[in-house]
Amino acid sequence: MNNIPHIKSGKVITAENLTKKFGHFTAVDNISFEVERGEIFGFLGANGAGKTTAMRMLCGLSIPTSGKGIVAGFDIESQTELVKKSIGYMSQKFSLYDDLKVWENIELFGGIYGMKDNEIKEKTDELMKVLNFENERDKLVGSLPLGFKQKLAFSVSIFHSPQVVFLDEPTGGVDPITRRQFWELIYDATSKGITVFVTTHYMDEAEYCDRVSIMVDGRIEALDSPKNLKKQFNATSMEEVFHQLARKSTRKAD
Amino acid sequence: MYAIEVNNISKNYYSEKSGKFAGIGVNPLLLEESTNNNLSNEGISFDVEKGEIFGIIGPDGAGKTTLFRILTTLILADSGNASVDGFDVVKDYKEIRKRVGYMPGRFSLYQDLTVEENLNFFATVFNTTIEENYELIKDIYQQIEPFKKRRAGKLSGGMKQKLALSCALIHKPSVLFLDEPTTGVDPVSRKEFWGMLKKLKDQGITILVSTPYMDEATLCDRISLIQNGQFLKIDTPKNIISQYKNKLWAVQSDTMYKLLTDLRANELTKNCFAFGDKHHLSIDNEQLTIDDLKEIIVKSGHTNVVITEIEPTIEDCFMQLSQV
Repeated sequence: MNNIPHIKSGKVITAENLTKKFGHFTAVDNISFEVERGEIFGFLGANGAGKTTAMRMLCGLSIPTSGKGIVAGFDIESQTELVKKSIGYMSQKFSLYDDLKVWENIELFGGIYGMKDNEIKEKTDELMKVLNFENERDKLVGSLPLGFKQKLAFSVSIFHSPQVVFLDEPTGGVDPITRRQFWELIYDATSKGITVFVTTHYMDEAEYCDRVSIMVDGRIEALDSPKNLKKQFNATSMEEVFHQLARKSTRKAD
Repeated sequence: MYAIEVNNISKNYYSEKSGKFAGIGVNPLLLEESTNNNLSNEGISFDVEKGEIFGIIGPDGAGKTTLFRILTTLILADSGNASVDGFDVVKDYKEIRKRVGYMPGRFSLYQDLTVEENLNFFATVFNTTIEENYELIKDIYQQIEPFKKRRAGKLSGGMKQKLALSCALIHKPSVLFLDEPTTGVDPVSRKEFWGMLKKLKDQGITILVSTPYMDEATLCDRISLIQNGQFLKIDTPKNIISQYKNKLWAVQSDTMYKLLTDLRANELTKNCFAFGDKHHLSIDNEQLTIDDLKEIIVKSGHTNVVITEIEPTIEDCFMQLSQV
């Protein structure tokens, strides 16, 4: 990408007192945090805690009611289009087009993000090799098993080399072996300097993150490495930490 | 008499687009036409006792929903037969529909009716009233009753789930079918939901429930592990765990990702998977001791190595069974 300004600090995401209100309801309540380049940042919380709303603001899809956010060097309020160009996004629900072939999906998304044809071609060859997908290249995405699809969807979401990729429950419903292979792809992406912002309901996956934040009723109630969080809450697993915090919730919504 | 009896059921969909079969079991007729020798020609069979919580555990696309639709008389199987509460799913479908509750995986209540209107609607369809069976749904419904004037479409995920369960229960069914009721639900709400199921079981309701979350398996009386339309195993969670082959050790060091690749490269390793902050390592070799392995790992440069023998989880078992 040509127009990404040089980022002096190692921060890829900065949120300062970020708030989103819908009428009288405060979905996201004054959250502040920073995510470092190359970090795997786990964004946890119960259903209805405000994760999706916060994530939509960080992706430039929803304007904050108050507070400030910088993602990949761009303001999430005034530079939403630049934010969108610099990030990748993948969710369990929307991944790829089932009725397009593997290479067609890649070309489509590469094109949308403004990549050049020869660049798309070169990177597609490389990706097919890495994923061991050379035989699947001309197959319709709809014919692939779910696990393959999710791995491909992740690879497509970082195909344009975004600075940060947002993953919204990427492993929901995926079989246990593929779920683990998926995380190996995440590790590989961070080794190339891509920052990963991920939500999950699998607490074992929280352990794979460098740092984890836990949202309760719109606020970030805890933020640290899994190791430190376990120490802080005197717990043996992230599951226990999560239960201790989520129990504090007073929001009737969920 | 079993609450649910399934004999050699299969249901296959052929997708022109993908050129693949999906569904459960495999129809012998399709098998003859198929050149794929990897297909097993068996349908699936199992029984569920009255008052049992029986879990169908497996990933998306394994065939869980197809099975639920056959048993709730919404689709016909290609082969085999099944009964619910002693009634045949084909001949006696009307009887079955009167006595089962079904909560589909996708939220399917009326979004533009209020909470109360939805519940009333289902009660009326089944010729009963909310008052008549209020005791059964009380614990669940009370949590959403403050919002009874709200449209169902405007509810949060957790509330929708509670309303759907209330609607599935309002006619006091003898068998409850819950298709992935906890998918996408956070760990705390999932625990709560299983607490509700336990209470329903105590009132004598048989529950067939599917889930992709392996940690929920231990909350069922018996489970079947399902993948690619076939059952890998049917038993109590305890028995499945006790049948795990090989030794299983949890291994930790200061550099976990390197540890994973190092362990996989080791020829003594059967397989090795990340499990939260530990790696689960299964070992084929009977002679190898924890101290032996520790020495090997420390030699390859790892520090703070901790190895303990552990009991497998259902997820360990699923991975072992699915790799055969």
